[in-house]
Amino acid sequence: MSVAGEQDQRGGINFARLLMSFGPLLFLVALIIVFTVLKPSFMDPINLFNITRQISITGLIALGMTFVILTAGIDLSVGSLLAFCGMVAAVVAKGGSANTLSLSTSGTQGFGWFAALLAAVVVGAAAGGVQGLVITRLKVPPFVVTLGGLTVFRGLTLTISNGGPISGFDASMRWFGTGLIGPVPVPALIFAAAAILCHIVLRYTRYGRAVYAVGGNAEAARLSGLRVDRILVSVYVIVGFFAGLAAFVLSARLNSSEAVAGIGYELTVISAVVIGGTSLFGGIGSVGGTVVGAALIGVLQNGLQFNNVSSYTQSIVIGLILILAVAFDRWLKSRVRR
Amino acid sequence: MPRLSPIASLQEEALPAKLPISPFVGEMSGRTEGGAVPRPAAIREQPLPAEAASPEPVLLAVEGITKHFSGVTALSDVSLDIRPGEILGLLGENGAGKSTLLKILSGVMPPSSGHIIFDGADYHPSSPQDAKRLGIVTIYQELSLIPTLTVAENIFIGRAPIGPLGLVSWRRMEQDSRTIIARVGLSIDPMTPVSALSVAEQQLVEIARALSLKSRLIIMDEPTSALTETEVQRLLSIMDRLRKDKVAIMFVTHRLEEASAICDRMTVLRDGRLAGHLDREGGPIALPKIIEKMVGRAASELYARPAQRSVAGDVVLSVRGLRTVRDPEAPHAIVLDGVDIDLKAGEILGVAGLVGSGRTELARAIFGADRIAAGTITLDGKPIAPASPADAIALGIGLVPEDRKHQAIFAALGILPNFSIASLGSFSNGFGFMAERRERDALSGFRKMLSIRMASAEQAIEGLSGGNQQKVILARWLARDPKVLIVDEPTRGVDVGAKTEVHQILVQLAARGIAVMMISSELPEVLAVSDRIVTMRRGRITGEMPGVEANEERLMELMALDRKETL
Repeated sequence: MSVAGEQDQRGGINFARLLMSFGPLLFLVALIIVFTVLKPSFMDPINLFNITRQISITGLIALGMTFVILTAGIDLSVGSLLAFCGMVAAVVAKGGSANTLSLSTSGTQGFGWFAALLAAVVVGAAAGGVQGLVITRLKVPPFVVTLGGLTVFRGLTLTISNGGPISGFDASMRWFGTGLIGPVPVPALIFAAAAILCHIVLRYTRYGRAVYAVGGNAEAARLSGLRVDRILVSVYVIVGFFAGLAAFVLSARLNSSEAVAGIGYELTVISAVVIGGTSLFGGIGSVGGTVVGAALIGVLQNGLQFNNVSSYTQSIVIGLILILAVAFDRWLKSRVRR
Repeated sequence: MPRLSPIASLQEEALPAKLPISPFVGEMSGRTEGGAVPRPAAIREQPLPAEAASPEPVLLAVEGITKHFSGVTALSDVSLDIRPGEILGLLGENGAGKSTLLKILSGVMPPSSGHIIFDGADYHPSSPQDAKRLGIVTIYQELSLIPTLTVAENIFIGRAPIGPLGLVSWRRMEQDSRTIIARVGLSIDPMTPVSALSVAEQQLVEIARALSLKSRLIIMDEPTSALTETEVQRLLSIMDRLRKDKVAIMFVTHRLEEASAICDRMTVLRDGRLAGHLDREGGPIALPKIIEKMVGRAASELYARPAQRSVAGDVVLSVRGLRTVRDPEAPHAIVLDGVDIDLKAGEILGVAGLVGSGRTELARAIFGADRIAAGTITLDGKPIAPASPADAIALGIGLVPEDRKHQAIFAALGILPNFSIASLGSFSNGFGFMAERRERDALSGFRKMLSIRMASAEQAIEGLSGGNQQKVILARWLARDPKVLIVDEPTRGVDVGAKTEVHQILVQLAARGIAVMMISSELPEVLAVSDRIVTMRRGRITGEMPGVEANEERLMELMALDRKETL
């Protein structure tokens, strides 16, 4: 290490850190301004709430994914797990097997929304836990385990549902997807509450410190007395829990659990986390960043749609933004190091 | 990274030049070769090619090189020269500017001012590839071979011999490789994948590749730091052979003994400036002269022996017959072979051993980081069996590991989380929320007590100097108020001034009743700090003595030689 390397960092790092945490936010604000200039009705409260409803599903999963990526892990199975949990929730809500239930509206007596919610999050958390155990005990890389999970959970979903959707929930369950409190959509409130909770956990608790430490340097964490394997399993439980919660909200919103729900969500979710500044190498990142990342994707999609840009072009733009965000992050870091 | 220690930076298995050379060296090289026949030392007894009569023209001349990094001067007006058939040592402490100079010579970056003349022409390489093409190859500590490819493929990478059909001629590649590696004394099959070679062999392959590229100047950056004693001897004799072939070698090292043994001349840097040139006049360049140039003061001032303390309370930790298992994934790792050791309250036990002696393995076994095959550990009279570091920590044991960067520091995090990571339980409330006020107060207490020089608790720990990082790690353990603190190479990568501070901290800790076990390969450090010293060799304890009775020669003998009874 050269003399220069050490001296330079004092002033440099704070400025760069500021940019790293506020860069995505500045970009979000800029986007909103651009879209408003293009079409002032973009700022219409109805549209804005629409956006919050749209981002809440992937946003919820992105919160859990933030924990995973902070430990330098990844979970590719969340889209499939969402479909699986949604199907479980539907079966519980309607109280029977899929064969007798699909397409019928409010037929037999189900177990109600609470049991459905509970089933979704428990199944999600358990599925995450199993993947976490395979990762830590059998030492299979997270990428591989959850890539396998992606196929397995999709297959399980198709098995329970016979390939079709299960639709028609009672009004109390649908409220979680379509209801409003004041002007605010319920899914957005759930997302906001979950985001605040996650922020508190990561920022102010012992557990949060441990997550950052494991992601920052697993060996040092072990030698500092952390039970690294337990923490690794726990983050997959958390992301599974959020996949279950998101599944419940999505089913409630669509009044249907689709076997093909959530396809490709893992990529949107990971994009949101990464755009929000969380490092894929672990140890760096925040819930605030993830919320901004999710909002950025939501605003982009909505704004482009609003301006009649085709969905094909939308995916091109979002992909480019993802790459640019990471490139910007790298560039900032290289500036700091120099 | 370890640095200067006067007299014996014996960071590993180099012999201090102070020792009477004849009996030891012969035994050592003979033994480690695995044969019983003593053999004269390869290097020291070789007559030097004294070619003072017809000096070769200068091959590389560095004239007044200066390098600034955003306002900081890393190199200031440095000049040196090197001739064909000459080994030039480049020495200096960490931060003296060695690596900057190396980067300039190898084409990684240009100097801010000054010029370089290579082989009579102006030399300004645009990239490392360009430097290679011009005839200067740098071999770094982290080797640049591709592990999955074979030796031959690595040697011919990017220039594979082509057969008549325009396809790679594997036969020619193999034959040519065989000749090329023979030049550095390697007789392995060139079709072996590089990953199957030892570090030393890989290094030789890199040197062979450099030679096959018709390199005129080979720069070796700390080539011996990962080698065993036999491998070092072998490398030095190959360097000697290359010297006779009129290759110029720049040998960058902090191992003063090796540098003294092999170098014709030395250039010493200090604080980015030229501290001076040293010439071999008849015999090897004397170590004290080098040290004086490096630190700018006489070696004896560096470590002062502390007054003997009144110490030694009860035995806190006692280890009996400790053995570890051979790890099938790391067959070359050292296995403990029945270690007995006692740590007493309020005492610093120095554990002196070379790399490969099992000193780090002993620490890790006690700390629950490695599995134990046999033996007992008792803490305060009760048997313990820590299955993980978490268990050991809960019992009151702390470990400051030797590799700070990889095993202790969370580089991405600030000082505060780095400090409190081992005591999250005591810095949080019953609901798991961090009690940040208490945490900050504790940190600022240690900041004063250990005089940690830092800007704020949020500052990235990476921005601190090595010494201050180490103090934060010490504070991490002190916050737990451990009964036993094991420190492994506590001053590695720590500046000279801060070394003394770290030593004083260790003494204070012992004075507070903590049983301190200090592992070190720097004998002056062991002598300066320890109340009692044990030596290790090949997974065993080979000797024990009170600190006041120890001296470097006695320790060295116990660390580096097989016991008398085995002879």
